[in-house]
Amino acid sequence: MHDSILDYRGFRYLWVALILSIGSIVAYLWHDPIGVPNGGSWLGYTLGTIGALLILWLLWFGVRKRRYSGATGSVRGWLSAHVYLGTTLILIAFLHAGFQVGWNIHTLALVLMLLVIFSGFFGVYAYLRYPAMMTRNRADSTRDAMLAEIRELDGQTLQLADKVDKSIHDAILSSIQHSQLGGGVWAQLTRRDDSAIALAKLKEAVLKSNGESKQSKSGQTMVMMVDFLANQANDTQSENLRRLIDLVSRKRALATRVARDIQLQALMEIWLYIHIPLSLGLLGALTAHVLSVFFYW
Amino acid sequence: MSDIFEIAIVGSGPGGISAAARAAELKVSHVLLEAAPHLSNTIYRYQKGKHVMAEPEALPLRSPLTFSAGSRESILEAWDEGVAKLGVNIRHGAEITAIKKLDDHFELSIGRKDKVLARNIVLGVGLQGNIRKLGVPGDDAPFVQYTLDDPDEYEGETIIVVGAGDAAIENAVALAKQNQVVVVNRRDEFARAKEGNLRNISKAIEDGVIECYFGTAPERVDKLSVGRKPGRLILNTPKGRAQVLCDRIIGRLGANPPRAFVEACGVVFPNADPSAVPAISAKYESNVPGLYIVGALGGYPLIKQAMNQGYEVVEYILGRSVEPADEPLLRAKFQSMAGFTSVSAALEKVQTAVPLLATITPLQLREFMIDSGIRTPKAGEVLFKRNDYTNSFYCIVEGQVEVLVDEAAGKRVALGPGEFFGEMSLISGRRRSATVFAGANCVLIETPRRSMTKLINSVDAVKKLVDRTFVERAIRARFGDEATAAQIKEVVSGATLQRFKAGETLFREGDEGDCLHLVRVGSLTISRTIGGRDIVLSYVPAGNYVGEMAVIGGSKRSATAKAAVATETIRVERDAFRKLMNQNPLLRAKLAQEVKQRTAENITMQAAASGGDIISFLVGQGLGEATDVLLIDESLCVRCDNCEKACAETHGGTSRLDREAGPTFANVHVPTSCRHCEHPHCMKDCPADAIHRAPNGEVYIADNCIGCGNCERNCPYGVIHMSAKPKKKPGLLQWLLLGAGPGPGESPYDPDSHEKKAVKCDMCKDIKGGASCVRACPTGAAIRISPEQLPEYAFARGP
Ligand SMILES: Cc1cc2nc3c(=O)[nH]c(=O)nc-3n(C[C@H](O)[C@H](O)[C@H](O)COP(=O)(O)OP(=O)(O)OC[C@H]3O[C@@H](n4cnc5c(N)ncnc54)[C@H](O)[C@@H]3O)c2cc1C
Ligand code: HEM
Ligand code: HEM
Ligand code: SF4
Ligand code: SF4
Repeated sequence: MHDSILDYRGFRYLWVALILSIGSIVAYLWHDPIGVPNGGSWLGYTLGTIGALLILWLLWFGVRKRRYSGATGSVRGWLSAHVYLGTTLILIAFLHAGFQVGWNIHTLALVLMLLVIFSGFFGVYAYLRYPAMMTRNRADSTRDAMLAEIRELDGQTLQLADKVDKSIHDAILSSIQHSQLGGGVWAQLTRRDDSAIALAKLKEAVLKSNGESKQSKSGQTMVMMVDFLANQANDTQSENLRRLIDLVSRKRALATRVARDIQLQALMEIWLYIHIPLSLGLLGALTAHVLSVFFYW
Repeated sequence: MSDIFEIAIVGSGPGGISAAARAAELKVSHVLLEAAPHLSNTIYRYQKGKHVMAEPEALPLRSPLTFSAGSRESILEAWDEGVAKLGVNIRHGAEITAIKKLDDHFELSIGRKDKVLARNIVLGVGLQGNIRKLGVPGDDAPFVQYTLDDPDEYEGETIIVVGAGDAAIENAVALAKQNQVVVVNRRDEFARAKEGNLRNISKAIEDGVIECYFGTAPERVDKLSVGRKPGRLILNTPKGRAQVLCDRIIGRLGANPPRAFVEACGVVFPNADPSAVPAISAKYESNVPGLYIVGALGGYPLIKQAMNQGYEVVEYILGRSVEPADEPLLRAKFQSMAGFTSVSAALEKVQTAVPLLATITPLQLREFMIDSGIRTPKAGEVLFKRNDYTNSFYCIVEGQVEVLVDEAAGKRVALGPGEFFGEMSLISGRRRSATVFAGANCVLIETPRRSMTKLINSVDAVKKLVDRTFVERAIRARFGDEATAAQIKEVVSGATLQRFKAGETLFREGDEGDCLHLVRVGSLTISRTIGGRDIVLSYVPAGNYVGEMAVIGGSKRSATAKAAVATETIRVERDAFRKLMNQNPLLRAKLAQEVKQRTAENITMQAAASGGDIISFLVGQGLGEATDVLLIDESLCVRCDNCEKACAETHGGTSRLDREAGPTFANVHVPTSCRHCEHPHCMKDCPADAIHRAPNGEVYIADNCIGCGNCERNCPYGVIHMSAKPKKKPGLLQWLLLGAGPGPGESPYDPDSHEKKAVKCDMCKDIKGGASCVRACPTGAAIRISPEQLPEYAFARGP
């Protein structure tokens, strides 16, 4: 009952796109212009006009999407058509130009169009693939809930660390101050896991406070913490440390999930930052193309 | 002490205060007894600055005091002034604990010692009830309180919260931010709390933010004069006695509904239903002569009604007659009836024509008629269509109507004067089962759901008649195609109504099949135990029957039937049913066919067992009582929140759905959004009767909402918010091109406005093209389904 953008209404717009494509190919093959096929023939004009209208309509999607009380169809139907007819543009544009490309304003339009379209392909891929991954990653929680829990864990960790040892407290405090989720676009996409850095610092602190200078062979923070624990004589102290380890690892697991969540969300949005500006650039280039054709041809 | 007042008025709500003011105006000896230290405690406790509305608009006000829509403060001030000017004799802090009838007067006990005598009593104690105290020695110590206005007021204290309901939890969690909080819970869990609150408190306890004593009762409160804390609470825990030193104790134990007190005064309620109101005469007198009831307690939940009654009741006590304030409204209503002379004649005509209304009191009849409409449709006009979701109830005063019982064959059944119809949808909460046409010259009374439900719950005779008719019609509709009236009657006479709580079992796999159940309210799940696990095979909404397989086959139950929500069924005994089948070979063939089909379906379902898990999950999320619910496929949802933006954009700036909140199972996500319940919980206590159901099933809130917040509390799914209207914003293209105003889906409401009203999903009933959320979803992740589609949906998703 949920159909995706691709199989909307039994692939209705795939068929529309196919018919349009086949029609254009047949016309192109049957059409016999003087000289080489190009945009200047009557078929060229026709296909160019179809292409330009399609582009305007594709751009209009940005408006329709926000006309929430608009009664013309569902946004899903629009997007399904957007995807299929947008793809058809590749063919239509090349047929229109008679496969001639040079270094000029016309080709700029073509290149921009192709970039928009290929970014669109990535968008479709992202839309079909990442949502399920996101759900799995969230494991029935929400990002806000996870962030709230992290904040709480931070508070508890600090309180506890205070009881254990000053150096550990300092390490945790500075790690909390440094840890950050999200951030700039790049940080979001590369999902830097700050809590790993925090743990590294913690490890150092543990080592120092333990009075040992030997490096851990495994390099595992957890192991270090446990080592430290074993060396402590005080019972409540070791109980506190055990709880501290629990808290830090819980936080780390959560932070990893949130970072992944942010990354996936960013992946689902980032391409629109190419798709939309370039589609506006395309509008400019296309206008220039059409004007230049009318003035100078 | 020895003088006897002519009138003692208990409670200074709008009803009581208006009565007292009228008595003072007429210089009648009177006393107004109010438990609180101020007037009108119910209104006093509204949130600060609340805009109070003066519904119903058409009703004129009749009282020596003024009242018109305005802020809570201005209304209370006007009343304080009015009461002072008229010289009302008022006693504050006078909680009436008992009323005793002596020979020709009453004795009212105030608290534990004081007494007042009066010849007549006007009881206007409202429905809010008295706040429950801790009930232990010392529960009135200065650091013990029973309300909490602003949790942020307290800081660095040790506070004990006693109670386990939503209010207790909300207070405890809010206080824990700046204080040390201890919660005392009599039980071992927080059973009465809403889902969200339960999560918050469990987490706070788990994290050690709040300390909770479970299974613990307070034993005594001690004031301390030494040490840092002013008091201590002695507790009786399962492990023995404990003491907690504290700065403050907050008791949130709810309120005692006033019913017990009222019954102790000798007033009789018709039945045990919590919504039942005592029967009172046209002059507001209860069954105890001299004891009058006005306002919310008598079933009139609005301020203006209560004030009018307060005025009228004093007139009646003095033996004068007044035209009730609602007389003009009734006159306007009856005017359309041919041969109208006077309201009282018209009321009498209605009561003699319709046996269903014969036993109700004159006051009930008046109220019933005020809420109802008189319809005089043209012959052939459609009153309602089959599959509409309307739920009003019709009585026929004159003429007749035709019910199209069999659409295919065009078979119609006529109903004549005195009969009623529309009870099926009213009771089941489901679509109309047939189309009804008006006959020539007919006069009908159409009554909205709330008034009819109230009448059914208040008058047993009405309930009995409606139920019997329901059973008879339901059985005839389901099994009576070709049976004779006598045959049907035999089955009906043995049929009984049965109630099941959510989760209760109707019958188990392997039981003897001794009866068949026709579901009339609620819904069922059908399951089988396979490999030691309960696998849900199907879902049965109201209007269908179960258990026919075993009855027909004469064998054991092949599956288990459980109530998905609170459910009522008509139980038809096996032998009576078999007899009916033997007399009607066609029915037998039809049922045999159905059995075959169900068996086949069950086998396919069994193969796709994960579909059953989805059904169980969705039923757990309230689909068992839904008529239409928003589901999001998380494998398609790109989290763009376009659905929420669309909702906000089409509904004055507040989204009625919260996409992210709500549980997910097998990628099916149930966002926090209205389920449009068959029997909407939100409708239960709406004083303004502002919540309605539209023909397509949408449950919506009309503009006459008074913002009391009852519905927000009553909805178990947390989908109602109180919200003010947003400021006007510029159009879309202006935003796109110029960046003017807030963007799509954002329009913060006016923070200064106190005129908050309840808002919820109305399924975009006024927007062409249907639900905006679904239409705005770019990927097809959001859909709406009805419970009928549930099995199909679930099994399409099961791998
Ligand atoms: C949040 C909220 C908002 C509302 N908004 C509106 C609105 O905008 N417009 C509207 O028309 N209606 C509104 N209502 C409904 C309205 O408040 C009630 O219908 C109205 O107050 C009922 O009046 P009453 O006189 O019957 O009883 P109440 O107003 O409930 O008054 C009862 C009084 O009796 C006292 N009392 C109780 N027991 C005893 C006793 N044993 N001894 C002595 N005194 C006692 C109480 O302290 C109280 O002062 C709202 C209700 C709520 C809860
Ligand atoms: C109203 C719409 C259009 C008109 C009237 C039009 C007209 C023309 C004409 C007359 C030519 C021939 C010029 C030449 O041979 O150098 C041409 C070429 C071309 N057009 Fe268009 N066109 C339109 C739309 C488009 C669109 C939508 C695109 C794609 C983005 C496009 C891309 C091209 C390209 C790449 C060429 C080939 C340029 C070259 O020869 O190097 N045109 N067009
Ligand atoms: C020249 C061709 C195209 C133009 C001009 C164009 C333009 C646009 C515009 C203006 C939007 C609106 C974005 C927004 O406002 O949020 C959009 C969205 C989108 N486009 Fe395109 N597009 C083109 C081709 C394509 C193609 C070929 C595909 C896919 C194969 C595609 C996939 C999408 C998708 C998935 C969205 C996002 C929808 C959403 O999240 O709401 N587009 N496009
Ligand atoms: S608001 Fe709540 S109670 Fe009312 S219909 Fe919707 S889900 Fe049901
Ligand atoms: S709609 Fe809700 S808030 Fe409004 S009057 Fe009814 S119950 Fe109260």
